[in-house]
Amino acid sequence: MMSDENDRPLLVAEGLTKYYGRQLGCRDASFELYEGEVMAVVGESGSGKSTLLQLLSTQIEPSEGRVLYRMRDGAVKSLWDMTEPERRFLLRTDWGYVHQDPQHGLRMGVSAGGNVGERLMAVGQRNYGNIRAVAADWLGRVEIPQDRIDDTPRTYSGGMRQRLQIARNLVTAPRLIFMDEPTGGLDVSVQARLLDLLRRIVSEMRIAAIVVTHDLAVARLLSNRIMVMKGGEVIEAGLTDQVLDDPHQPYTQLLVSSILPV
Amino acid sequence: MPALELKDVAKTFTMHLQGGLKLSVLRDVTFAAEPGQCVVLTGPSGAGKSSILKLIYGNYRCDEGAILVRDGDTTVDLAVAAPRRILAVRRRALGYVTQFLRAVPRVSALDIVAEPLIAEGAAADEAKGRAAAMLKRFNVPERLWSLPPATFSGGEQQRINLARGLLPEHPILLLDEPTASLDARNRAVVVDIVRERKARGAAIVAIVHDEQVRDDIADVAVDVTRFATAA
Repeated sequence: MMSDENDRPLLVAEGLTKYYGRQLGCRDASFELYEGEVMAVVGESGSGKSTLLQLLSTQIEPSEGRVLYRMRDGAVKSLWDMTEPERRFLLRTDWGYVHQDPQHGLRMGVSAGGNVGERLMAVGQRNYGNIRAVAADWLGRVEIPQDRIDDTPRTYSGGMRQRLQIARNLVTAPRLIFMDEPTGGLDVSVQARLLDLLRRIVSEMRIAAIVVTHDLAVARLLSNRIMVMKGGEVIEAGLTDQVLDDPHQPYTQLLVSSILPV
Repeated sequence: MPALELKDVAKTFTMHLQGGLKLSVLRDVTFAAEPGQCVVLTGPSGAGKSSILKLIYGNYRCDEGAILVRDGDTTVDLAVAAPRRILAVRRRALGYVTQFLRAVPRVSALDIVAEPLIAEGAAADEAKGRAAAMLKRFNVPERLWSLPPATFSGGEQQRINLARGLLPEHPILLLDEPTASLDARNRAVVVDIVRERKARGAAIVAIVHDEQVRDDIADVAVDVTRFATAA
């Protein structure tokens, strides 16, 4: 059932290390990610999880190590050996990046339809009618009413903005999506709606995802695999239910036992 | 050739928050389940029955020994398999049903039941049709199907969980107290389904306290107390 293509990892991180001057950001992170896999990166603030996400998404250059990515044509390329335009093309088309604060991932003065359509235009689509139709379809998929398509995200609630950001990212059918605390700062009821949506879309589209979160419940709901970070290092990794049901490291045990029962 | 075989499996928990206390719960766990056979684990509460199922499914990591699972033409040792391999084996070969539903916010009962089939690659319409039939079989009223089960009664949630767990036809099925707190009518549904699966060649490992149900489904009883470590 699985093609050879799927038996090769989509992304490989090898010994990723980042120092900010003498300050350690992230040390020796290595893992493989396959198509359709959702990996959660958990840890407290300062653990290095955001640094890792920035390294993987080429926002910062590693001090050591590399990231290999399998392009759509099957060629495996090292991200920092690519040219800047190649990396930017990747970010605009094959990747998505969902920021914790939707204001960083959206153009706040542009209509919702424009926010989604812009990504399509970046991959060369020019037919206004098509672009608007696809944008409208995506707004529907993230449960934004059609009659809000011409409003700017400024007029949207926090939950709607986050859903719009997701639509903007997914409209180009990326193969990999990075998410930085996607439910952070939202009300619990709004979080649940967003999580359900993310879970469904990621599984339907078979997208690989790397989700940074400090919320173990979010990790359990969204991810198949998990990496626990502390002090810039990955201290424990494995299947999500395995790490959460049978944590081995003292810090992971502390994290798991610190969840308030509902 | 067994569908599932455990060889000298041992499990110890190290509790770092309790000063590194080592809790040895199981050792020398050895048994096998043939296709078409139901192995029932027996022993008092706390003997480690559920831990054995969690070791097989991979929720618990296996410290020692081998957990051999037949996956198509190959045999996989889940004790040492990579996460990706374990996920593939779960999808294709291994079902695990507990009495508790992990409710997902906002997802309807019907979608929760259909989800594993869709994950296996079934078309959404077909999966939902089969999910509906299973919910009907477990006597879940149709008016509940479109609602998220978070607010349902314990018994209703359990039946939805059973429908979800028993719907995919996995060659190996792990059942942890599937009939606890079910009424007689729904207990009979579980017994019927287990018998059907056995007839179609599934290997089943079950924990069942209800003696009648145990007698109805068990081919082999494995007493877990002999695997318990001397505390």
